[in-house]
Amino acid sequence: MTSESNSVSPRSLFDKLWERHVVAEETRETPAVLYIDLHLIHEVTSPQAFAALDERKLEMRRPDLTIATLDHSTPTLPPKPDGSLDYATAEAAAQVEKLILNCERHGVQLLGLDDPRRGIVHVIGPELGLTQPGKTIVCGDSHTSTHGAFGALAFGIGTTEVGHVLATQCILQRKPKSMRVVFDGALPRGVTAKDMALAMIAEIGADGGRGFAIEFAGPAVEALSMEGRMTLCNMSIEAGARFGMIAPDEMTFKWLHGREFAPGEDRWQAALADWRTLQSDPGSDFDREIRIDVSSLSPMVTYGVSPDAAAPIDALTPAPRSDAEERGADYMEIAAGKAFSDIAVNRVFIGSCTNSRLSDLRAAAEVMRGRKVKAGVTALVVPGSEAVKRAAEAENLDKVFLAAGAEWREPGCSMCIAMNGDKGAPGELVVSTSNRNFIGRQGKGVRTVLASPATAAASAIEGRIADPRKYLEAVMETASV
Amino acid sequence: MFNPTRSIVSRTIALPPENIDTDQIIPARFLTTTSREGLGKSAFFDWRYNAEGRLRNDSPLDGFNPDEFQILVAGANFGCGSSREHAPWALADFGFRAVISSQIADIFKSNALKNGLLAVEVDPKTHRRLLQSPGETVVIDVESQTLALDDGWQAVFELEPFARHCLLNGVDPLGHLLAQSADISAFEARRA
Repeated sequence: MTSESNSVSPRSLFDKLWERHVVAEETRETPAVLYIDLHLIHEVTSPQAFAALDERKLEMRRPDLTIATLDHSTPTLPPKPDGSLDYATAEAAAQVEKLILNCERHGVQLLGLDDPRRGIVHVIGPELGLTQPGKTIVCGDSHTSTHGAFGALAFGIGTTEVGHVLATQCILQRKPKSMRVVFDGALPRGVTAKDMALAMIAEIGADGGRGFAIEFAGPAVEALSMEGRMTLCNMSIEAGARFGMIAPDEMTFKWLHGREFAPGEDRWQAALADWRTLQSDPGSDFDREIRIDVSSLSPMVTYGVSPDAAAPIDALTPAPRSDAEERGADYMEIAAGKAFSDIAVNRVFIGSCTNSRLSDLRAAAEVMRGRKVKAGVTALVVPGSEAVKRAAEAENLDKVFLAAGAEWREPGCSMCIAMNGDKGAPGELVVSTSNRNFIGRQGKGVRTVLASPATAAASAIEGRIADPRKYLEAVMETASV
Repeated sequence: MFNPTRSIVSRTIALPPENIDTDQIIPARFLTTTSREGLGKSAFFDWRYNAEGRLRNDSPLDGFNPDEFQILVAGANFGCGSSREHAPWALADFGFRAVISSQIADIFKSNALKNGLLAVEVDPKTHRRLLQSPGETVVIDVESQTLALDDGWQAVFELEPFARHCLLNGVDPLGHLLAQSADISAFEARRA
């Protein structure tokens, strides 16, 4: 093949995003040097990186391309009467102080505790228009793939790499293989992006995306809202893929227009012209391609301790397929051949970078409106950001949750990672809109069932794992009267 | 910023479950630290300690002299989940110098190698053999990318060439990036 025919060969969205950021090409001996357009940092995975910088007496290369926030260790209860916050431990408070100090010293903009723009790092990036098509975005957090929903090349990194980016604004990375996951059909009512993600992970496995960058495509993806697209890309890592992305379209552009850090009017048309090129060319090659039809998809729930142990809520609990699943079934105390609706629920968590945006809260509120959380069940609703909280309160969603008997909290990661004091008690079963059902993830001995916000809300009301569709149908009937 | 690793000769500890995620390797409640030191005591904490915080002594990770057992053999997809680099820090501080599995999660593998913790993916047959006979002495040679057992069993493994170079020479990859400073400036100028 001549170099000329190479230059016109179809390129995927991933190829295009990759090529734009190559400072030094990959060789047999060394990975590519990739330039990073946006570095998001938070309190948990950054202190050791700043310390490494100090040890080597290095300065940050581009503090202006770095944004910090506080989300993982922060309490979700409001300040005490004296204005202080109720941290889980003194160490957690010290970690927050450390980030504040590091940002001051290095001139990094911190969206801190008193900033109305604070929130979960993967909620505020898009919300503020920091996340844009064509950007490379990294964060010391595996759910950074969330930002891929905007046609960005976004991926989670370790703390050593956080240090690399602080010092050089670059990262060493070999180009992964590519996979396209095409979702065909139209989602039935009550079935969401979360259910698509869980169905995909169940199909390809928790390691199915290992070594791959995934592009999500197809009519069911195009039909998703931006928030749904974020949920889908967010869960890429639960299939083992560091990268998940969706080609930007008019919906993406409209969503970004006018946001604080999005290109202003003077640069908007130029940005659009560029962003419109960020599509996989027809005939692009992928190392692996899978298709999933969503037209008969049901709400999905997990029954084990790996996100790939997911099944339709209206099926019976599946028999373990491996030793690992058998151990999962033992831990979960979920026997095979049972109706999910027979499984009792102790706690419900609605939140996390997967499902804490306004549309998620609306979906939960639609189910909870005028109903009560089952006696004995604790339900926690944690908005993803200060902005989500304000928007939800403007629609009185907080009042819906409070009237139902749920708790309405301050923004943060909360029970998804359970390191701020929000957690379940040993043995409890939690229906959670987060992303990981790992053993002990939501507290020692806690059993986690992953689900969509509507399913979580329905489960809170019934005190059992519950199919949300009946509540949504009831709403439709009422509306048509 | 670690000592060169040319080869590791040590006995193995086996953890056969698949999908051992980084929340198992180090639970999130230990992530409020601002240091990377001393995390070994938190490694696999909930596997090793009971509800009262006492060592259970029935986990495969205890009751051994860590100096003799520096190789962890684990089930497929080891290190999946969270990107926390605290996981390889904890394993290294616990005394491990290598992790062997048939598949190791992308971010964990990248983090481990940057900390001098050798992450080795072997073929399924070798993997099965190692899981079935914990305590064996394994020789891992980084230079030749081979693994050998006492009875003559041999396997080769892939290792990303730059990670191998860094391991063999104790090189910190940040130095390589810093050396590209002129190219990075040129890239920034092109895009400005």
